[in-house]
Amino acid sequence: MYNYFSSKEELAKYAIKYSTNIIAIELREVNDMDISSKEKIFVFTRKYFDNVKKSPEIVEYFLRVYLSNREVFSNGCEGFLCVGDFVTEVMILLEEGAKNKEFREQDFFTAFSMFMGALGGFAFLSGENVLEKDVTEYSDGIADNIYRALKYEE
Amino acid sequence: MRNKPKVLWFQAITCNGNTHSLLCANPSRLELFLNSFDLIYHPSLTTHTNLLDIIDSEEKIDFLLVEGAIPDNSDFFSISNKPVKELLNKLVLKSTYIVAVGSCASYGGVHAKFELNKNITGVQNSLDTKLQPKLKHKVINLTGCPVHPEWILQTLFIIKSQGKIHLDEEQRPIELYSTMTHHGCLRNEYFEWKIEPDSFGTKEGCLFYSQGCRGPMTKSSCNKILWNGVNSKTRVGMPCIGCTETDFPRLNMLETTKHIGIPAEVPLGVSKRAYLSLTGVAKTFKINRLQDKLIDYKDR
Repeated sequence: MYNYFSSKEELAKYAIKYSTNIIAIELREVNDMDISSKEKIFVFTRKYFDNVKKSPEIVEYFLRVYLSNREVFSNGCEGFLCVGDFVTEVMILLEEGAKNKEFREQDFFTAFSMFMGALGGFAFLSGENVLEKDVTEYSDGIADNIYRALKYEE
Repeated sequence: MRNKPKVLWFQAITCNGNTHSLLCANPSRLELFLNSFDLIYHPSLTTHTNLLDIIDSEEKIDFLLVEGAIPDNSDFFSISNKPVKELLNKLVLKSTYIVAVGSCASYGGVHAKFELNKNITGVQNSLDTKLQPKLKHKVINLTGCPVHPEWILQTLFIIKSQGKIHLDEEQRPIELYSTMTHHGCLRNEYFEWKIEPDSFGTKEGCLFYSQGCRGPMTKSSCNKILWNGVNSKTRVGMPCIGCTETDFPRLNMLETTKHIGIPAEVPLGVSKRAYLSLTGVAKTFKINRLQDKLIDYKDR
């Protein structure tokens, strides 16, 4: 392994970039679709939960390694450096939704937390095996909650 | 062209800002201009003849410089009880080169917003359609509110020596309008690291993020050919308000329009995805030298 990575930290960084990139590519495809921002939330949430079901290790790695061991990522993976591709796509999703008056104006981070908090939290519940149904069956319900938290109000 | 080309300055609806700007030109450049050209008429200066006499005469004009917007309704504005449009077209018939000086003359500027007369516009749109094919050179638009005096002088001197000047799609001289206001701005390091100023008028911070600065999407030489030879708006802490672009004036010019905290417009020619990617990375780092007041920072 050390032929390819100079340390475990470097391997950890590569792994987070790899796993984040998978999700980023999916969100980018959704962002490029000619559908409403509301529909984008629903489509992406389904894709995300499909990933949670098919490749739980990817989301689990993010939740249990990346978020829990920040010291490992403190050098060269600070802030959004290793997850920048995904955060950029979330920015585009939120900004376009607000521009089209589908989402209301608010601080980026409050909007970001509504989006990622719901997805990440539910993936955690799935990983703990406490859900009564298959994780994908909750997809539209979670997407609806995200949309309601973001939606434009007259 | 004769050795001393004749220049006539015609004013329509204007605040006199471009006249003021011309008179603030570098003294030696203004002197060179007055020695190189024959300024036969300017409404704010003493000249040997008046506008109507020139129009009625056989005299030819080499450079017709127009300041101000052109109304099509004489009830609102006329010159010597004559429609401005009529006078303009008579002058155009006698002229070789037509230069719209300032944003109002170029496309109507602030006056085009006047709701009681919807057809206040610039020189190009005020010309008789029959006249258009007869023009030796396209109308040259020197946008700006006001235009930099050096842009006027350079345009005249280039045409005097070359007989033509290359124009962009807005009919502005490429030489003067190919760079962005952003180019040469002393705050570019703050732009790179996405650091906002605390308030208006500070030396630190990029004005793009919250104060509405249009530098990255406005074509002008404001930070290349400095005002009074020493400064520019952005250098002293006043955001660029994009006065050389045809969407000027806009509403809320000292605010950056954002959606969920993200600028609605990004630098010209840059995709939003590329811009946001860089922003996310840049904001990750805290550069103490750029966070502190310049005068307070000590290397540590």
